[in-house]
Amino acid sequence: MSEQTAIPVHEITPAADLAARFPGAVTVDTRKGYEGCIVDRDHLVEVATAVRDEFGYDYLSSVTGVDYLPEGMMEVVYHAYKTTGGPGLAFKAQTPRDDAVVPSLVAVYPGADLQEREAWDLLGIRFEGHPDLRRILMWEGFAGHPLRKDWKEPYFEEEGKPFKNRWPDGQVYRIEDKNPFDNNVQYPEGFDPAQFEVDDESLLYESLKRSIRGRDSALDTDVIMVNMGPQHPSTHGVFRVAVALEGEKIVALKPVMGYLHRNHEKIGERNTFLHNMPFTDRLDYLSSLSNNFGYALAVEKLMNIRPPERAEYLRVIMAELTRISNHLFAVGTFLNDLGAYFTPVLYAIEERELILDIFEATTGSRMMCNYFRFGGLTRDLPEGIAEKIRRLVYERLPRKIDELDLYLTNNEVVRSRTEGVGVLTPEQAIAYSTCGPVLRASGVPYDIRRAEPYSIYDRFDFDVAVRYHGDTYDRYLIRIDELRQSVRILQQAIKDLPEGPIQEGKPQYQVRVPAGEAYGRVEGPKGELGFYVISTGKPNPWRYHVRAPSFINLTGYEKMCVGNKVADVVAILGSIDIVLGETDR
Amino acid sequence: MNEMKQKNIESTKFDIPPELQGQVEITTIDKIYNWGRRSSIWPLMFGLACCAIEMICTAASRYDFARFGMEIMRPSPRQADLMIVAGTVTKKMIPQIVRLYNQMPEPKYVVAMGACASGGGPFKEGYNVVSGVDRYVPVDVYIPGCPPTPQALIHGLITLQRKIDTQSIKKVRWYSKEPIDAIPVPLLGPDVVDPRQNAIIREQAEKIIEQSETNAAGTAQVEQA
Repeated sequence: MSEQTAIPVHEITPAADLAARFPGAVTVDTRKGYEGCIVDRDHLVEVATAVRDEFGYDYLSSVTGVDYLPEGMMEVVYHAYKTTGGPGLAFKAQTPRDDAVVPSLVAVYPGADLQEREAWDLLGIRFEGHPDLRRILMWEGFAGHPLRKDWKEPYFEEEGKPFKNRWPDGQVYRIEDKNPFDNNVQYPEGFDPAQFEVDDESLLYESLKRSIRGRDSALDTDVIMVNMGPQHPSTHGVFRVAVALEGEKIVALKPVMGYLHRNHEKIGERNTFLHNMPFTDRLDYLSSLSNNFGYALAVEKLMNIRPPERAEYLRVIMAELTRISNHLFAVGTFLNDLGAYFTPVLYAIEERELILDIFEATTGSRMMCNYFRFGGLTRDLPEGIAEKIRRLVYERLPRKIDELDLYLTNNEVVRSRTEGVGVLTPEQAIAYSTCGPVLRASGVPYDIRRAEPYSIYDRFDFDVAVRYHGDTYDRYLIRIDELRQSVRILQQAIKDLPEGPIQEGKPQYQVRVPAGEAYGRVEGPKGELGFYVISTGKPNPWRYHVRAPSFINLTGYEKMCVGNKVADVVAILGSIDIVLGETDR
Repeated sequence: MNEMKQKNIESTKFDIPPELQGQVEITTIDKIYNWGRRSSIWPLMFGLACCAIEMICTAASRYDFARFGMEIMRPSPRQADLMIVAGTVTKKMIPQIVRLYNQMPEPKYVVAMGACASGGGPFKEGYNVVSGVDRYVPVDVYIPGCPPTPQALIHGLITLQRKIDTQSIKKVRWYSKEPIDAIPVPLLGPDVVDPRQNAIIREQAEKIIEQSETNAAGTAQVEQA
């Protein structure tokens, strides 16, 4: 510790601390607009272990890669936080572009598993020592790593929007017309459609078999491989799980995703900053306003602006209404998964429709609201809507939540199907980087609204819902608890809603975003939703990454399922509450 | 009104036995056949993305498409008449969608719900997105919107019912003598490969090499400049 005395007091940041602890291996990131520190990749595992054990950053929030094409360098960015709250620490490892290798951190932070696979898939960064480095969103055999800056999609037009006009000669053309196949495809040179390797998913099944090996088996039975999805009514979309079964018991399970991978990040890097706002709606399409919130926060951090008071209140009101509508839907579909087919969903949707009416009146759309702007909102509440919200949160919703609670919570089938099923201990929940209701149901009271308050959440009086068993039942209960807390926040927010403008300055189509990086995160209904944005000062973001809670919560899915019965696969999945738009992006 | 109807029924030129008079309606076989089918369309319970949520809302109590005889959503394609493609169709998913379509028994219909299923929508430029499901399976009704509201979906389904009303049992493909070929399932190689496009792909293979050469020369020039 004696080295630290050499550093001037005002420079003692966690990053400087870390640099002092590992002289030579860690340097503070001094690029303009950047924060955190750069770790020599040879010492990455050692430094990460110290970050976790000595510095207390036990929660690895986000892992992503950035392709710095002009510098010929790839960078892997890690954002770590303390589960006791407070600001985070960003550390980065750099590697040359043509031989992108970084040691894997799965041994230190198991939550890095799926995220490192994603970085390998989309950016081609190899993580040495990763136990199961396969492609995750695209299929094996896909040509290239699409998020690399020099990789061009078949419908490539220009590097950044706005594009030049599509009718230069007075004649409009479509991008298909320029593609030789009149379709969204491209093939490598010399490709022969008669003979090529079709992805037979052998890597997936090998990985399943590796997980099976070393099990202690009391039964002498064959292991059966079962595939559930991508078309299955209980997968909440196009999610797929490959399960290895011994009798009824699950011995191994691998989530397979990417069936709804719609290239959010690649499109996001071509878009201007504001263009991305409507795309964030379509991430977690059940809670579009929360997504808007996270993205607006990240970009506002870069631009260093804050919205006016009334806009802050309206943002909180909209985000909490979104949380209610999402949790209602989550509880309804969860019961669907347990076999209470459609009736609980009907009850949940009835209330959700009332909230959607408010969204439609305010933003113009039921689901894809596109309501937030940098430094404000698109429009104010129309006449009568504030009263509608007030009636909803003071009268109707509390009663309806109680009703849901009364019908479901002590239902015998619900309890026997869920109690003690899919347990995740607090240590595991933190290690697997689970977030939101899943983390809090495991007894970790970590809620970003409290841990690192954003917007005006520090003004409201509410409890962080927490449950301690970490089983499927608690993950259901925590949603009921959170519904009540959201109603509490809403009651305070609608009461104190001030008058005033809703947009800082004049609304702009083209915002000027200074160069730098920012990681904005919000407590979305599904968990920590983070946006990692890098600007180079141009109209388009250089890198736009989404830390998707649905995606990262699935890291611990195998751990929750192994040892349970096959019917619990859907119950546990329902209790994690994933949305495929966000899982696959 | 009743009297008039009674009169109409009894004034047919067909010879109706007295005990059945007043109890029989006469219509064309097409009409009764189409009426039966249009009133019991069972959709495949199959959602891809955001639009699926609006589809669920349409099935729920407020909009309730059970009013049109469509409430029985079947999770198995073998029991379904209608595939509502609700959401973005990706290249990774298209083999499964084509397979599901092939597994559905005739008569079968496809509704492309929303901008993505109709033509790629906001994600059209994406490398993993199919520009419209109609590149692979025949679509009967397109519903615009992102996502279409439940009202729009219901309007689309009523449009489908109208389309069914116009069908003639003599002409429909599932009663024709010619066999109906299954749609070849696309394969996932370096990119998605539609077997029906093999000839074009082969034809373009040489051109692509030429193009990439000229492109490479072009970019080299730009870099020098």
